[in-house]
Amino acid sequence: MLRKTWWKILSILLLLYTFTAGFLGSVPQKPILNETIRNLYFHVAMWFVMMILFIVSVVYSVRYLRHNRPIDDVHAVEYARTGIVFGVLGLLTGSVWARYTWGDFWSNDPKQLGAAIALLIYLAYFVLRNSLTDMDKSARISAVYNIFAFAMLFPTIWIIPRMVESLHPGGMGNPAFNTKDIDSRMRVIFYFGAIPGWTLLAVWICSLRIRLHLFAVNHERNV
Amino acid sequence: MFLRSRLLMTLFKKDILLEFRQQYSFYGVLLYVASTIFVLYMALGQPENMVWNGLFWMMQLFICVNAVAKTFLQEGKGRQLYFYSLCSPVDFMLARMLFNATLMLLMNGISLLLFNLLLGSPIAHPLLFLGISCFGACSISLVFSFLAAIAARAQQNAALMAILGFPLIIPQLLLLMRLSTLAFSDVYQSGLLTIVGLLAGFDALVVILSVILFPFLWKD
Repeated sequence: MLRKTWWKILSILLLLYTFTAGFLGSVPQKPILNETIRNLYFHVAMWFVMMILFIVSVVYSVRYLRHNRPIDDVHAVEYARTGIVFGVLGLLTGSVWARYTWGDFWSNDPKQLGAAIALLIYLAYFVLRNSLTDMDKSARISAVYNIFAFAMLFPTIWIIPRMVESLHPGGMGNPAFNTKDIDSRMRVIFYFGAIPGWTLLAVWICSLRIRLHLFAVNHERNV
Repeated sequence: MFLRSRLLMTLFKKDILLEFRQQYSFYGVLLYVASTIFVLYMALGQPENMVWNGLFWMMQLFICVNAVAKTFLQEGKGRQLYFYSLCSPVDFMLARMLFNATLMLLMNGISLLLFNLLLGSPIAHPLLFLGISCFGACSISLVFSFLAAIAARAQQNAALMAILGFPLIIPQLLLLMRLSTLAFSDVYQSGLLTIVGLLAGFDALVVILSVILFPFLWKD
């Protein structure tokens, strides 16, 4: 299925739709937020995609521990790596947005800190991988850490932001955005355009990276 | 079940016995605690309540990294192989967690004493703070027990412990700090039960995950 082209074309079409409808479509006029509310299609979507990729990565880690197939480990690593890229993009789009709404790129908001912690944890995953030289051992131990870190991180991201005060839209409720701020037109673009579009693009990037990895391994074997 | 708990206790006793035999490492950690608190005193004198609280929890974190790391790192490959042939990994891990929690409780008591002695004692409800700090010490030691087991498999262990552990422990530490502000004055803390529940949930999660995942770390 991953080798077929239809979903790649779909991804491009959905993203084209997200960009045109996202920049040109009308949005509710809110004080302070104004036009920056369009960041929903980019910033919030980045975090959704990051979480999806991390979930996929942890599923492959579990599969690796169960079946011991190296290909599962390759999947887990590449999904985590792309997840980090999307996390960094989410942080950057968020801080640009924060510059115009909160007045500063970084203001130590609990949600900014939570995002930074998530990235640190996954960077640590790569440090752990690289500190082990034996391929099999490195794959197994990093899979164990991946599962442990995932299980520790996600309650933190989903529960604690609801308990502490924050400037972020959604305040003490939904950690991602304020569901009352957006109208049905925005919702359609967000859930049917931005989320699937960006997710498919991320999967595409991952599948390319996995193929590149396999190609490199084969090449090494033949030389 | 009965046999299992006896096996667990035997392993736990083994850890304590080893600690008594190799006292230098225990005293090493003790000296680490004392000298760090002394340095803190030299630097800050007697700080304000919130600073005191923050320093106390940071101190617990650093003690834990040192004390817990040692228990896994001092074991050679040969000895681990020996344990491997004797008992199941789950029993081994549970006994180790129990031991680390005990060790941390002891260190927690000592550092609390030294903090009160040197950095002043701003705590209004000592018993409450003692309870919270014991709870916290156990929580931190559980997380780091598992991380030490991971780090022991990699080469540059001590640094790796910090890299792996610090981001993971931040949420728990934050919750503990919020909880312990209660002991300083009669403030009303909203969502108190939620915080305690969350921390207990974290502890349960860590124990369950360790039981599931440790067997994979164990075999080589």
